[in-house]
Amino acid sequence: MSRPTPLRDVHEDLGATLTDFAGWLMPLRYGSESAEHRAVREAAGLFDLSHMGEIFVTGPQAGEALDYALVGHLSALTPGRARYTMIVNERGGVLDDLIVYRLGDEEFMVVANASNCEMVAGELTERARAYDAAVEDRSDQYALIAVQGPRSQEILATLTDADLAGLKYYAGLPGVVDGRRALIARTGYTGEDGFELFVAAQDAVPLWHALMTAGEPHGLKPAGLSSRDTLRLEAGMPLYGNELSAALTPFDAGLGRVVKFDKPGDFVGRQALEAVKDDQPRRRLVGLVARTRRVPRHGYPVTKDGVVVGEVTSGAPSQSLGKPIAMAYVDAGADSGLAVDIRGSQEPMDLVELPFYRRNK
Amino acid sequence: MSNIPDDLSYTKEHEWVAGLDDGLTVTVGVTAFAAEQLGDVVYVQLPEVGTSVEQGDSVGEVESTKSVNEIYAPVGGEITEVNQAVVDDPGLVNSDPYGEGWMFKVRVEGDPEDLLSPEEYTALTSGES
Repeated sequence: MSRPTPLRDVHEDLGATLTDFAGWLMPLRYGSESAEHRAVREAAGLFDLSHMGEIFVTGPQAGEALDYALVGHLSALTPGRARYTMIVNERGGVLDDLIVYRLGDEEFMVVANASNCEMVAGELTERARAYDAAVEDRSDQYALIAVQGPRSQEILATLTDADLAGLKYYAGLPGVVDGRRALIARTGYTGEDGFELFVAAQDAVPLWHALMTAGEPHGLKPAGLSSRDTLRLEAGMPLYGNELSAALTPFDAGLGRVVKFDKPGDFVGRQALEAVKDDQPRRRLVGLVARTRRVPRHGYPVTKDGVVVGEVTSGAPSQSLGKPIAMAYVDAGADSGLAVDIRGSQEPMDLVELPFYRRNK
Repeated sequence: MSNIPDDLSYTKEHEWVAGLDDGLTVTVGVTAFAAEQLGDVVYVQLPEVGTSVEQGDSVGEVESTKSVNEIYAPVGGEITEVNQAVVDDPGLVNSDPYGEGWMFKVRVEGDPEDLLSPEEYTALTSGES
């Protein structure tokens, strides 16, 4: 039985199609997912992301503990800022990708994917054992609501006095939204400007309604996981389980920049990652744009002259390009003459560098 | 509750068949229930006119943002016409599944088996939704 988020009744009232995702009952779409996708690109979308995990690491050595536990240099993070980072195993394989927010000198919030949250909380607890730091999974106490799209700031500004204009990308500050305490973060997974609001679970329903009321005149629509997936795919953002897995290092995924070898001290995976950091990975993560209308999907083989040279990790019809697109791991050097084997038919693809879509700043 | 017209026949694969009682040629499409389950349809592949099909043959596919599903011939016979409009604008499957979103016509040969009445199809979908 899937766990409902605090907003389940709201989704049902909106007529959402609900789906099981990582053990949670989540809105897949409310109406047309294409319309939801467009709303986020052109105006704004409202997402329930309460399935995401919020793990708090606190104490005098919280920063040092995270430096050891993760590949990033979190003790160097300024309070109020956030970082995209990863947790890897001893072999350097990616266990999850994370966003870490530094809330204070001795307080960090680690946001993990729903499917990995328990494992990440367990690993962090184990890895922090030698440090003066406490690890606590507070996912049940929090709801996460995201407002994403070019009109996000205008919409949110009607409900808060917080200095949104001064809030940088990958920064977060405690504030009050519609009379409720929230951590307001300028982060997202759509390729657009936007905010993520971490609030107490019991505040989720009134906050959702306040955001809908404030946003509807600006074109805001509730948006489900289906549009979230096509939005992040266009933005070239990896999804754990598709582009990232324990079989791959951050370097394999083209994300070696998140590994901070110059931070002080050891960290889990350092030795394994040092050994591969200068290697040329056998395959690299690329974008594919279909020349036909059939859609490449997760797991389909990428071919060249009938020989398999890679595999699709994510694929979908792209609203912004008007064609099907995919991310795929493809052999180094195989840059042209590519196709995807779509149920037995070799559909021609053009290789492009990621992302597919970049917003106008 | 999805719209299930009472003058059509249905299949377990969520297709509708029109005109079965009138004579030789039937019209085939996918149901409103199927369209809702699929989400926005982005691609439709249909059989070629003149193809001979047996009941249950895979004759095409309907692809949406999230998934792809095969279209099965609900009756055996020869494909006499396909709806180019739905190929050009697959969104018709969502907006008008029983009308402009029709898929193809078949000149029926033999006796189709196991088609569902509207009542039977209603029972099937109420178990799945």
